[in-house]
Amino acid sequence: MSGHSTYVPKTGFERWLDSRLPIIRLANDTIITFPTPKNLNYWWTFGGILSMMLGLQIVTGIILAMHYVPHVDYAFNSVERIMRDVNYGWLIRYMHANGASMFFVAVYIHIFRNLYYGSYKAPREVLWILGCVIYLLMMATAFMGYVLPWGQMSFHGAVVITNLLGAFPIVGDAITTLLWGGFAVDEPTLKRFFSLHYLLPFMIAGVVVLHVWALHVVGQNNPTGIEPKSKADTLPFTPFATVKDGFAMSLFLILFATFVFFMPDALGHADNYIPANPLVTPSHIVPEWYFLPFYAILRAVPDKLMGVIAMFGAIICIFALPWLDTSKVKSMRYRPQAKLYFFIFLVVCVILGFCGAKLPDDQVIPGLTTFKLVDSDLNSFVWLSRISTLYYFAYFLVVMPLLGLFEKPLPTPETISSPVLGGEHKD
Amino acid sequence: MVGANPDPHVTDGDPNRRDFIHIAAGVAAVGIVGTLAWPFIDQMNPAGDTLALASIEFDLSKVAEGQQVVVKWRGKPLFIRFRTPKEIEEAIKGDHADLRDPATDESRHKPGKAQYLILVGTCTHLGCVPTFGGGDYGGWFCPCHGSVYDTSGRIRKGPAPLNLLVPEYSFLSDTKVKVG
Repeated sequence: MSGHSTYVPKTGFERWLDSRLPIIRLANDTIITFPTPKNLNYWWTFGGILSMMLGLQIVTGIILAMHYVPHVDYAFNSVERIMRDVNYGWLIRYMHANGASMFFVAVYIHIFRNLYYGSYKAPREVLWILGCVIYLLMMATAFMGYVLPWGQMSFHGAVVITNLLGAFPIVGDAITTLLWGGFAVDEPTLKRFFSLHYLLPFMIAGVVVLHVWALHVVGQNNPTGIEPKSKADTLPFTPFATVKDGFAMSLFLILFATFVFFMPDALGHADNYIPANPLVTPSHIVPEWYFLPFYAILRAVPDKLMGVIAMFGAIICIFALPWLDTSKVKSMRYRPQAKLYFFIFLVVCVILGFCGAKLPDDQVIPGLTTFKLVDSDLNSFVWLSRISTLYYFAYFLVVMPLLGLFEKPLPTPETISSPVLGGEHKD
Repeated sequence: MVGANPDPHVTDGDPNRRDFIHIAAGVAAVGIVGTLAWPFIDQMNPAGDTLALASIEFDLSKVAEGQQVVVKWRGKPLFIRFRTPKEIEEAIKGDHADLRDPATDESRHKPGKAQYLILVGTCTHLGCVPTFGGGDYGGWFCPCHGSVYDTSGRIRKGPAPLNLLVPEYSFLSDTKVKVG
């Protein structure tokens, strides 16, 4: 998509087409000759896996929309009809539901790979922000999709999330009323969520095009974080990256199929197989697993508005990362201290996810009562969330800016080829 | 991860391994796409509940002599006609006419039930619903492109190629039929 194109039209038709619509040139430069750093590892295969999952979600989603009825009286039954009566409807719906989870598995690995190898740093800030936009759109899409089956978790999840926006002073109530199209989550809400749930994946696909475009302008980062300096540092995308991506996709599909065929409801909630009832809330309401860390941050703050601000702030931090990280060295291979803080951050995110699934006042260590701090016992998930939330923000706002100034990174290799072909072998 | 990316400048000493992974990846891709294609297509075929509703029962005593009742069956109109003796006589007379889609009147009703004619009410031309009693033969006339059917539902004039279809049906009792 950028730089020097090496495409030479071979046939008369290709020459004719190339001077009118250079689409073969585009495909050639994007997926055939595009130079990829030769030291990419398997963490770099998740971009391809994500494209595959987006495609699969769109295809299964379009099929489900053929059978689904976006109406409060029929939505739940139409989903049950898909499960029982539509040919292979169970397969398609389980693929779609578990596909969403697998999509987030892949995107989280993709994001953490970025954090570790410093792929968000100059000149890839726009690439990173486009990725963050995709992630935001994914969250919106996933949330609205979860509402559509109109089960108990769907309904009350929608109530809780839309009420979050009500926390904002003055405009909050007006925004929630506007979102609902009524006095509560009801028929108009379901209809607009269905419409937007259908629209957003195509917006994601559009931003993916920009994301890939930006990627092809700046080129891929690599495990050393050293930009390729010569042709010796790169390999053509085909066959090297295509075959490797294809192999990784096959492995990923095995994981996906394991969920679809052997544990299709493992990541869902049993309560969502109860039709929505606005008069009764399930005893324990939690979002889907991929939202749990943010949910824990929301609940860690004892004030409604501040909780919502913290939750949105947690996402804004991710956007701002390229300017928060002051280090000149990209890859954490050569940043031992940053590596330590990174792995703590990774564990903290998992802990936050774990806290999000628990009741706030449950004990972390069963049977141990310590002392009451502010509003809860110290040995409670709410305090674990608070400590973790503190680290989450400290990682972005304190560790990343200061570490780059004070740490002493290890010597970095001259070129990508030098650590591979001997020289300093530090990994 | 050292060695994961073979260097193209080095002569590959073991081409079989790379061939294998190419073929394995290709086969995996083709296998997955092939396996998924069928469910993705088959979901558009009639669903279980659609098939379960594919047959209906009808009480013939609701039709008056010389009239027809139209009911919906599998999403299409079903003509249930109580023919007068004159109409039956004309239909039998038509057996010897030059028919585009030859069929005797007897083959188009159940034995001993000549008065009841049960037909799928869609014109065999392009699927319009013919109007009762229209046309030169007193059977049906299709308003879309002028096909004319006789009192046995056979095509006599116009663009339609075939007679009105006789659905699969059976008498459950003297006055009750099950269609489908």
